[in-house]
Amino acid sequence: MKFTVDWLKNHLDTKFNNNQIIDKLTNIGLEVESFESSTSELDTFIVAKIINAKTHPNADRLKLCDVDIGSDKTIEVVCGAPNAKNGLLTVYAPPGSIIPKNQMKLSVSKIRGVTSYGMLCSESELLLSNESDGIIELKNNKYANKIGEKYFKNTSEKVIDLSITPNRPDCLGVRGIARDLSAAGAGKLKINKKSNLKYRGNQNINVTIKKEKAQGCTIFGSCLIKGVTNKESPKWLKDKILSLGQKPISAIVDITNYVMFDLNRPLHAYDADKIENEIIVRSSSKGESFEALDNKNYILENDMCVISDRSGVLGLGGIIGGTRSGTEYSTKNILLESAYFLPRSIRKTSKQLNIDTDAKFRFERGIDPLSIEEGLIKASELIKQICGGEISKLNVKKIENYKKTIINFDPFLFEKTTGFNVENKELIKILDKLGFNVSKNKKILKLVVPSWRPDITQPIDIVEEIVRIKGYEHINTSEPVKTRLKPTLNYYQKLFHFLQRSVASKGYLETVTWSFTDSKINQLFKENDEEIPIVNPISSDLNVLRNSIFPNLIFYLKKNLDRGIKDISLFEIGPAFKGKNPGDQLTVIGAVRAGKVSRLSWNDKERIVDTFDVKKDVIQSLCEAGIDKDDIIIDDKTPSYYHPGKSGGVYQNKQEKKALAYFGEIHPNIIKKLDIKTEGLVIFEICLDFIRESKQKIKDSKSEYKFSDFQKSERDFAFIINKNFKSQELVNIIKSVDNKLIKSVRVFDVFEGENIPEGKKSIAVNVTIQSEEKTLNENDLDNINKLIISSVESKSGAKIRS
Amino acid sequence: MSDIKKIKDDYIDKLNTENNIEKVNNIKSELFGKNGIISNEFKKLGSISVEERKKLASDLNNIKDELQNKISIKIQEIETKEINLKLEKEKIDVTLPERNIEIGKIHPVSQVIDEISSIFSEIGFSVEEGPDVENEYNNFTALNTPDNHPARDMHDTFYLDNNKELLLRTHTSPVQVRTMLKGKPPFKIIAPGRTYRSDSDQTHAPMFHQVEGLHIDKNINMGHLKGCLNYFIKEFFEVDKIKMRFRPSHFPFTEPSAEVDIGYEINNGKIVIGEGNKWLEILGCGMVHPNVLKNVNVNPSKYQGYAFGIGIDRLGMLKYGINDLRAFFETDYRWLSHFGFDPLDVPSNYRGLSR
Repeated sequence: MKFTVDWLKNHLDTKFNNNQIIDKLTNIGLEVESFESSTSELDTFIVAKIINAKTHPNADRLKLCDVDIGSDKTIEVVCGAPNAKNGLLTVYAPPGSIIPKNQMKLSVSKIRGVTSYGMLCSESELLLSNESDGIIELKNNKYANKIGEKYFKNTSEKVIDLSITPNRPDCLGVRGIARDLSAAGAGKLKINKKSNLKYRGNQNINVTIKKEKAQGCTIFGSCLIKGVTNKESPKWLKDKILSLGQKPISAIVDITNYVMFDLNRPLHAYDADKIENEIIVRSSSKGESFEALDNKNYILENDMCVISDRSGVLGLGGIIGGTRSGTEYSTKNILLESAYFLPRSIRKTSKQLNIDTDAKFRFERGIDPLSIEEGLIKASELIKQICGGEISKLNVKKIENYKKTIINFDPFLFEKTTGFNVENKELIKILDKLGFNVSKNKKILKLVVPSWRPDITQPIDIVEEIVRIKGYEHINTSEPVKTRLKPTLNYYQKLFHFLQRSVASKGYLETVTWSFTDSKINQLFKENDEEIPIVNPISSDLNVLRNSIFPNLIFYLKKNLDRGIKDISLFEIGPAFKGKNPGDQLTVIGAVRAGKVSRLSWNDKERIVDTFDVKKDVIQSLCEAGIDKDDIIIDDKTPSYYHPGKSGGVYQNKQEKKALAYFGEIHPNIIKKLDIKTEGLVIFEICLDFIRESKQKIKDSKSEYKFSDFQKSERDFAFIINKNFKSQELVNIIKSVDNKLIKSVRVFDVFEGENIPEGKKSIAVNVTIQSEEKTLNENDLDNINKLIISSVESKSGAKIRS
Repeated sequence: MSDIKKIKDDYIDKLNTENNIEKVNNIKSELFGKNGIISNEFKKLGSISVEERKKLASDLNNIKDELQNKISIKIQEIETKEINLKLEKEKIDVTLPERNIEIGKIHPVSQVIDEISSIFSEIGFSVEEGPDVENEYNNFTALNTPDNHPARDMHDTFYLDNNKELLLRTHTSPVQVRTMLKGKPPFKIIAPGRTYRSDSDQTHAPMFHQVEGLHIDKNINMGHLKGCLNYFIKEFFEVDKIKMRFRPSHFPFTEPSAEVDIGYEINNGKIVIGEGNKWLEILGCGMVHPNVLKNVNVNPSKYQGYAFGIGIDRLGMLKYGINDLRAFFETDYRWLSHFGFDPLDVPSNYRGLSR
């Protein structure tokens, strides 16, 4: 909402200066976006000095001038003026300027083969006089210090731009703003002058508001003005329209716009001679069409509120008029409309047709239904004053009467909500100035809400009115109440933070990527999940919700590889979507590692990242988050985007059916499809929702501390075993031989080939044996050794290597 | 006796010049071995008179001590020399690089969420979460923003179906609705998370982060709201004093509503928070609207309280001098390295919010 202070003062008697007004507006909730002079086409013309004027190489009558335009800049201008000479102060117009005389826009151009950047101006070109023989000669004493400054002073008044919240339609007019300011003590609201308009004759175009279920209009007021002379608006009116950032059109249109911004009362003027017989306000039928004032043809749906005559639609009520009945300079007789349209109807229609106009913006928020006559009178007066004509009696048709909103307000609610007290007297004064009709019934205030405040419906709205006018600075700053109702984080929230930092501490950079992704990449990772398209995506490559974190991670991995970064460890923790209903999402960590370990190290051998790097990262992170490493089971079934032979799933224990994590190499097909160029690429993922919370807190689950001081023995075994036999199983077989005595089993060598038969491998393990009761003698140890060998051989088909 | 003394002097001379540990050991056995010179002298003691024996024994003992002492000093001397020589040879260039360090980082958004949670935890708030996909009711209608309300236009919403029933939440406020629907008052929660609006330029991203705050109890008023936010802003920016302004505004789900500005100034091209005469809008808040409370089955005549919503990314940008919001989500490895935080730098009250 834009307006000038001058305009405001038409409605407000105030001693406040501009800055005080600006501050007050912000303090009462009418946020000032800016307070600036509106830009003028003349702003570009600046004072300049010719440093050097020489003859144009290709034209004797032209000169080539080096011109100082301030800020240490010199440019070259071709000039035909005989008086262009060294040291002359004059007016320079840069490219882009519009020359007042001919309204031509300057551009950089070549004049007889030499480029000229802008031009030096004569008085006639600037409409200062008829002098066109040479360029302006500015007086040295006045302008010598002003090189580079604007030649024309911007006399246009500064414009206040307010950002009005959607609950305040009343402040979409200058008078409403003035009223708010007056309530806040910034002056006195001027009383509207009583109109002494003389009406002649009746408004004899018949108006009918059809009684229909979907009728979007409840009041239609109008008057006829006959014998007008439409013309250009006078300067004061043009200036007002310009200050709004709009273009003046004609006096009649400008007047209706002016009244709309002045009183927040949209009006529409029809050329009465173009209306066929009568006005019918009705709901549209699907397929009807009309050409609107924005020169677009609209095809209507059912139940849009239209103003029509016998031959069809004239306009969309409260939104936009039509060209068929629009006013022109030749218009002689006009029908002026001032109506009330229902916000819901306006909103629905404008959404369907995608139209946004100043009138729509206002009706959608709610116009004062009691301002019908006021608008007609104010506009008629101005039209008569500027365009002449005779005004008919006002005709107001309505199908519904306005019902007052009455609120019974207990002033205690104010203190209860805001924490501070305002005397009843002051409270009533504020409400009175805002236009409420206040009467007292014991402690309760009976308030009649002003008709221009559709936003006020209940007592809390009254609290807001009082506190914003009184000023938020009166609210106390109470010390925070530290009472705690429950722990800050629950188990899964703690797990989130723990794993996040745990993974980062393994050398991964955390990233945050969009929750949406490219369906083409998503498809490679979505497995059996349903695709979740976004109806209105921000771009076609962010068109689905991500089913997995990897589509984005891999996409950005590739971008970083393309930047020439070779060794990359990235992870993200966040949602992966499994369906389109609220809650169909999992919290997942996705991590990628690419490149080499120990690249270009002087003392370590560099190698490509592999599955066991990420296996370590994932297992260690899980252990740090509180999962017992001894319980973890690995298997080799993984989603299809993993390399089927080089990836694994992690289970919290034997009973678990769902893997809580996967790790391994990415499928070579995906690397090829996405054209990722790297030496190695391994990934892992952890699904936090599949991690089960331990039933006991750590304080309850720590077992008694036991240790054995008896001698421990280590024995090494090497088995020849089927190539596909899992080492994890072998370790379990050995452990199960005697869970008490066998303290640990470590795989320290695995190899194939050479002396090992085809299809077999050799696994060497180191077993630590220790009793908690005695020192084991050779005999005991031999027995265990034999048991280990026989168990392994019988359960796995392995053979001990001799 | 003089023989022995001479022998002693000879050996002392010999030891003085000797530098080989083996030869010193040889001398040791020459003197004190089974048939060593000194050992033999002691053997002779048995065959002489008591008088003489006393004197000779004393002399012999002195000589023995002197020689043994000399030998052990010599051995130590040679050993020290040898060790020093060995260490000298073993010297390496310790300025060579260490084995590769792999430095991980926490994203600024995560760090700021942890900072915010830590601050609110101190004054008794707990953390709640809600889904990213919401239904129209929780995101708008329950929050007193009916379909025909122009306030809906301010949220450029992403929809998942043509009926506009399912959407990506445009703010974290639906967590208020979920929290209150599933529990009983009082409520005291914050809800950080991802939010979405179909808006994209230098200062807007289609996804961003907000933290919602909600405190509902029997007597919570606007003074508490002011106190809570004043505390939060001071703690977050780690300053003693902060210039702060509450300004009336409008949100459908709060009434009265306010926007909060903090003072700032530009000093040497850098933004300084808390002082100065410029205002920066950082959050929206207000008293929860009675209609909202009714929608979630909380009796507004018994309970009242405040809610607020803060842009997390923006707070992080201000605190850590990050200029471009879009860069948060572009996964530039160099940017993540530069603005990321060490994983061990966990914001907490007793260790400090930031290093």
